Amino acid sequence: MAPATSSTSSAITLNINGEKHHLPVDHRTTLLDALRERLDLTGTKKGCDQGQCGACTVLVDQRRAVSCLTLAVAAEGREITTIEGVAEGDELHPVQQAFLDLDGYQCGYCTPGQICSAIAVIEEHAAGRPSAVTEDLSPEAAPQPLTPEEIRERMSGNLCRCGAYVSIVRAVARAAEAHAETRTAGAKETTA
Amino acid sequence: MREFGYQRAHDVAGAVALLAADPDARYLGGGTNLVDLMKTGVERPARLVDVRELPLDRVESTTDGGLRIGATVTNSDLAADPDVRRRYPALAQAVLAGASGQLRNMATVGGNLLQRTRCGYFTDLAAPCNKRAPGAGCSAVTGEHHNHAVLGASDHCVAVHPSDMGVALTAFDARISYESPDGPGEAPITDFYLPVSDTPHRETALPPGALITHVTLPAAPVAARSRYRKVRERASYAFAIGSVAAALTVEDGVVREARLALGAVASRPWRARAAEAVLTGAPADGASFAAAADAELAAARPLPHNGYKVTLMRNLVVSVLTELAGEDAR
Repeated sequence: MAPATSSTSSAITLNINGEKHHLPVDHRTTLLDALRERLDLTGTKKGCDQGQCGACTVLVDQRRAVSCLTLAVAAEGREITTIEGVAEGDELHPVQQAFLDLDGYQCGYCTPGQICSAIAVIEEHAAGRPSAVTEDLSPEAAPQPLTPEEIRERMSGNLCRCGAYVSIVRAVARAAEAHAETRTAGAKETTA
Repeated sequence: MREFGYQRAHDVAGAVALLAADPDARYLGGGTNLVDLMKTGVERPARLVDVRELPLDRVESTTDGGLRIGATVTNSDLAADPDVRRRYPALAQAVLAGASGQLRNMATVGGNLLQRTRCGYFTDLAAPCNKRAPGAGCSAVTGEHHNHAVLGASDHCVAVHPSDMGVALTAFDARISYESPDGPGEAPITDFYLPVSDTPHRETALPPGALITHVTLPAAPVAARSRYRKVRERASYAFAIGSVAAALTVEDGVVREARLALGAVASRPWRARAAEAVLTGAPADGASFAAAADAELAAARPLPHNGYKVTLMRNLVVSVLTELAGEDAR
């Protein structure tokens, strides 16, 4: 491990959408470039490449992250989910369906990042994780609704240059409602 | 980007040994600032030592009622921690006010403390910058500086520290623990960040190759009633143009204890001790709050384009303290 023998590339295995991909990477390769340029997973989009726009958002170990500031070599061993992996076969993810039903986009370039982010937002909120606009931060507070204000704050890391924000907020709210109903139904089934 | 080696550290001693062996190496946490700076060429490490798998990812209560926060705890997990929310709510608010959900999931406590300024000249390799290239000069003093320092700056550098978290940690007397090639060490956060003076490239008291391992918050009952308020140029996902972390204990209409720290006004999170001295023992009213703000801001030396910050900070301090005193009265 002496500096002189330090290599600047590695053979890595990335676990993406449940599939293992083996590839050699120059350490400078970001997860975003590995997905798009090496693995042909071009659903994840490159916007600013500086962590400011959210177009490259993916899920890493179920948490949303920007793939443009994640080094591919540092993502080895983690469970990565991209927009290509959120549907169940031919059945769209409820967030995808809500974006379609409510026109949560115009040109669509930021949409994969918006959807990956929204999937995580709904989970974060359901798990009781607060945001900057959450009124009562105390852990004992009753669960607080995912209001449009909460959605706007939690989604602020995803920019949309077309300005489809109004429909995006509606789509996330619709998907969150569906998510809550599923959870309630699931709970009833378990108690029945 | 310069080519670099990459290694994952699995224990603190191993990580520190790797840095000790290679002065061109850097620790990699979430990478949200370092990777970005590597892309622009501001940072050119020969090797990255990835520290995210070190066993430093827990928030634990200390026996005296404080908290010991591991350096690799993510911003998201810190802000969601029940003890942080209950005992130091301003810290949770400060973390949640920073960056975006994605970046907070990646960023770590240690990395947040060591993030670099967002002064545009610092990241513009064509511009003179004493922080990036010591002795080159400061472009901001005579250039674009509407969001630069009004307190504690020097002619050599007027950049502000961008951390929100650090402001709350400063109000609560956090101590920064580290492991260096010469052994462990610790510094109060107010000593951890160095004054600008004529060496703005030296930002912290961390010895070369040292790794931040923990941040310790001493017990602070006053912090249970605390608040972080951030002013920025849009409602979310922007750096502060001014921020305040404050905590207040009021008894019978008199301030018993006050904590105050200011953000985005100096090269480091700014502990407002002059204001705290005015507040302690004073009536908990608007006049005292204004006097406290004025006492702290008497030392302000605004530049031609950031004089608004002095007014903004005065109003912000008064407003946040008034809010806290109102909560206390209920």
